[in-house]
Amino acid sequence: MTRNSKIVALLSLAGALAGPAHAVQDLPGGPAVRQLNLTTAATRIAAEQSWLHWFMLITCIVIFIAVFSVMFYSIWKHRKSKGHKPANFHESVTVEVIWTIIPFIIVIAMALPATKVLVASKDTSNADLTIKATGYQWKWGYDYLNGEAQGVSFVSTLLPSHREMSNDGARAADLPNDFLFAVDNPLVVPVNRKVRIITTANDVIHAWGVPAFGVKQDAIPGFVRDTWFRAEKVGDFYGQCYELCGKEHAFMPIHVKVVSQEDFSKWAADQKKVMAAKADDPSKVWKLEDLLVRGEKVYAGTCQACHQANGKGAGPILPLDGSPIVQDGDKTKQIQVVLNGRNAMPAWKSQLSDTDIAAVITYTKNHWGNKTGQVVQPAEVLAQRSK
Amino acid sequence: MSAVLDPHGHAAGHDDHHDHAPSGWQRWVYATNHKDIGTLYLLFSFTMLMIGGLLALAIRAELFEPGLQLVNPELFNQLTTMHGLIMVFGAIMPAFVGFANWMIPLQIGAPDMAFARMNNFSFWLMVPAGLMLVGSFFVPGGAPAAGWTLYAPLTLQMGPSMDAGIFAMHILGASSIMGSINIIVTILNMRAPGMTLMKMPMFCWTWLITAYLLIAVMPVLAGAITMTLTDRHFGTTFFNPAGGGDPVMYQHIFWFFGHPEVYIMILPAFGIISHVVPAFARKRLFGYASMVYATSSIAILSFIVWAHHMFTTGMPVTGQLFFMYATMLIAVPTAVKIFNWIATMWQGSMTFETPMLFACGFIFVFTIGGFTGLILAMAPIDILLQDTYYVVAHFHYVLVAGSLFALFAGVYFWIPKWTGVMYNETRGKIHFWWSLISFNVTFFPMHFLGLAGMPRRYADYPMQFADFNAVASVGAFFFGFAQVYFFLFVVLPCMRGNGAKAPQRPWNDPDGKGAEGLEWEVPSPAPFHTFETPPRLDATATRVLDARVQPEHPAH
Repeated sequence: MTRNSKIVALLSLAGALAGPAHAVQDLPGGPAVRQLNLTTAATRIAAEQSWLHWFMLITCIVIFIAVFSVMFYSIWKHRKSKGHKPANFHESVTVEVIWTIIPFIIVIAMALPATKVLVASKDTSNADLTIKATGYQWKWGYDYLNGEAQGVSFVSTLLPSHREMSNDGARAADLPNDFLFAVDNPLVVPVNRKVRIITTANDVIHAWGVPAFGVKQDAIPGFVRDTWFRAEKVGDFYGQCYELCGKEHAFMPIHVKVVSQEDFSKWAADQKKVMAAKADDPSKVWKLEDLLVRGEKVYAGTCQACHQANGKGAGPILPLDGSPIVQDGDKTKQIQVVLNGRNAMPAWKSQLSDTDIAAVITYTKNHWGNKTGQVVQPAEVLAQRSK
Repeated sequence: MSAVLDPHGHAAGHDDHHDHAPSGWQRWVYATNHKDIGTLYLLFSFTMLMIGGLLALAIRAELFEPGLQLVNPELFNQLTTMHGLIMVFGAIMPAFVGFANWMIPLQIGAPDMAFARMNNFSFWLMVPAGLMLVGSFFVPGGAPAAGWTLYAPLTLQMGPSMDAGIFAMHILGASSIMGSINIIVTILNMRAPGMTLMKMPMFCWTWLITAYLLIAVMPVLAGAITMTLTDRHFGTTFFNPAGGGDPVMYQHIFWFFGHPEVYIMILPAFGIISHVVPAFARKRLFGYASMVYATSSIAILSFIVWAHHMFTTGMPVTGQLFFMYATMLIAVPTAVKIFNWIATMWQGSMTFETPMLFACGFIFVFTIGGFTGLILAMAPIDILLQDTYYVVAHFHYVLVAGSLFALFAGVYFWIPKWTGVMYNETRGKIHFWWSLISFNVTFFPMHFLGLAGMPRRYADYPMQFADFNAVASVGAFFFGFAQVYFFLFVVLPCMRGNGAKAPQRPWNDPDGKGAEGLEWEVPSPAPFHTFETPPRLDATATRVLDARVQPEHPAH
């Protein structure tokens, strides 16, 4: 236990250097403060992984202690200062055969339980519910492919306030406990149901994972992969993107809300209503002020991470403020860039609706130093989609 | 053999009179002497170690507390990417090539490397490549930020520095291949008569195997990054699914290079430790033959384990099982090596000068990295730990406490031979304990962060991870300063000739027990030209029977 006391001493030293510590608490379903081991399991697979890890850790520590007691005994006893005279042996086939065979047997003994857990964790058949998770730079899109919530589809983004807190150096006195884990729309799944997650990506490789469920699966553009979990507890569970996906890699968390079957049915019904209400008629003609209000929201949620709130961009990200494309009289130029992307700019046609795109373009054309007075209508975006 | 290698056919006594050593800058730019080129490699790699270390400290400074304080996330990704590339290709690999240049001809009784001018070329290729890597921070758009593994399709989004980076890697690869050819030809053709392969020093054996690994895998890396380059500029779609390509194929190709690469960085370290431990235990290396077989098995197995880096890409279960079993198998030959070193210590008569301290530190801490490797090899656990700080902890335990500590052991062991000056023992011991403790303070807490699920390559992290990150950052700064201390207070005095004069055999007792090998048969510092005439060796191929090589010490 000396190591523990050493760690505590070091932590207090670090704490002293870091200044007044934020009163941070464990995040249930996410990491605990100074967590030392795997996250508490919420699925059977995660519990088995955790058991496997303990089994490996104990076996390795026992071998480590055995091997290094021999080394340190030798270092202690067979030293010149104690007058030990060197022996002459330097070979023994018997000994070498023995210490080749014993590790071999240990390795086989380790591989057997690992095989069992692995085969179980890879069986994605007979799922009760299938959800597609799409990685975008830098957010997750979820589509419910079957079951009660079939057709429900939304994008899950880190709350912009958390991103700002991060930019401010996390100096706020009242940092929330779920700092960098809070999203606008969590994924909602029913408890005790086998949920199959199909992953794919829109731009680069991401990885969808939730430690408490024992799952992690790369989301690869152009390909679909799958994984599954059956959450045994109601509650909130958190994960993050685990594959480097560009500058906002640290800011696309995963929040899974596990609810009872009844709550899930209710949520699914509500979502379907919301979806229906949200569906905009692309032929509706909007007024400038309404588009600006909507565009500001779209900008904050989608564009601001790169182009910045001041529209100046940064590094390879081009500025929008004063951009010739934004100010161009030919509106189709900017519509094409937003729809299909250009260089570092991703394509947004599959994530944003015609109305959203029309709103955000109108917003950028009439904000900061851009005073074009131009209005882009959803119908104009729709017309460009096929080009 | 000597008739071929000695174009003048002159008498042996002729050699002692003049060393055609050019002076000033020409000595280094036109260097063809293996010792000078070895020195250049070592100084280059230390420079890169310092630059890579600065990048690491910038990373740790940003991660000291949650929130973004010092660098923006874009620059953060550039720092992690370039730290990895510079440390792997600029610091660790060239350092081992520097050791190979210095020690292989001395250890096998050869006058120089086989291809002296190619040797010069392989070193001087590294300098522009290193400049290009470091200079990429000043390219518009900044340095590559796709991680040192350069995964597609993120590389397709990078700015022009990515192309400079790819070019630099091509040059470094060419340099490595030339260096490897040189090492293989030297070892296979230029051993002194009587030194059969199975009498060869372990460091030469490990480098012979490493050189074959390099020749096998550097072209694979070149292929992967060339495909990235053509995808970026010439309209191909190897890794772009929109054109029928496959991003995961990049990972397969990269790790087919990348896994043997990690053994390229550790096998020569095993070689160095296999010299240091016997010297200070005053006992011959236990199980020489099994060491050779273990090294070869590790090298062969290293080609069939690559996809354990890819357990979360969604391979079929049979694929995962194969790569899991193959990876776990590597534990066996590695364990044999650890047992052999401990058996070498057993019943020895040990003293603990700095090289031996670093060797013991290596065995102890490297084994921790080996065990975490075994835990990561288990696919079900790896699914939780993939791309978390547990992986960062693991590979720093094997690359820093493994390769770097072995390099330090080698420097302290051979620097008396290189410079003719004994390093200051107290300072060496300070450097060892300072490095060992601060290393563990830095990297041990990362195991906890990884188990708790903190992803790597994150510019900012949730509050719950704050304390261990703060500890790691403090440790990192202490570790960094330890290496500055090492250069200024240990290496520099030796290079300047300040210190006690080193005897020819600094690590041998008066009764002859201690270090063995042909490098100790030449005076300290090693003369500019050594073994110009092939020496006659005794039956163990560790002693020279011929007075021509060391006129002031007649035959034993």
